[in-house]
Amino acid sequence: MVGLEHYLILSAVLFSIGLYGALAKRNAIIILMSIELMLNAVNIAMVAFSRYIVPLLLTGQVFVIFIMVVAAVEVAVGLAIIIAIYRHRETIDVTKINLMKW
Amino acid sequence: MGVSVAFWILAAVGVMAALAVVLLRDVFRAALSLVLCFLTVAGIYITLSADFLAAVQILIYVGAISVLIILAIMLTREVQRGSPSNRLQIPAFIVAVLFLGGVVFALLNTPWPVSSVPPLEPTTPAIAGLLFGEGGFILPVEIAPLLLLAAILGAIVLVREK
Repeated sequence: MVGLEHYLILSAVLFSIGLYGALAKRNAIIILMSIELMLNAVNIAMVAFSRYIVPLLLTGQVFVIFIMVVAAVEVAVGLAIIIAIYRHRETIDVTKINLMKW
Repeated sequence: MGVSVAFWILAAVGVMAALAVVLLRDVFRAALSLVLCFLTVAGIYITLSADFLAAVQILIYVGAISVLIILAIMLTREVQRGSPSNRLQIPAFIVAVLFLGGVVFALLNTPWPVSSVPPLEPTTPAIAGLLFGEGGFILPVEIAPLLLLAAILGAIVLVREK
């Protein structure tokens, strides 16, 4: 029988994969995709807690809706920034974007 | 029983798709496996009896966010260079594995107060009541459109031709 721990371990595995991608990749779009992966992992944990610990309250599911709003906003602004950087510098390799480094 | 089988299949496919996102060389294929991962997460929500969230996941993530990401990949022509790793590949792997180990250790050693009550079965009316009803989340619901408006204006300003 599948229980709360199974969902939490799945969530932790997805979050770790996203963490590795966000830290180790050079393409800015792949980094943004990894961050989306981490947000989805957190959402799974939220829904699992809501289902197994307070099944009648649904507070976790409401939180997930707000996380989805913020994730959509983050993707829109992040991709706009990436496209603006690409216009100026012809690359989205994050190891070469060191404009603010001194 | 059926829920268990569905969970294991969805979990295996989802983890494979997530690994493909970070390991594939081709950026476009990575984006497509991200879409597959979003779909399996929607299936996971259905096994958790969160039907409204599954529909929202498919509409927002599979429908909108994946289209945005694929559009950005098309617009930046970074596809030819693939998805290389930086110098932090091995430290990042170690950090991710340590994080996973720590979290799994912590959650297996925590006595969760699991409730035996069966979950609510259509969740949409209950979520609507929580979002818009008395003593619910009406203030965050009012703030979310402001955030969306600011994001739309910001994105337009950022990508506008000078």
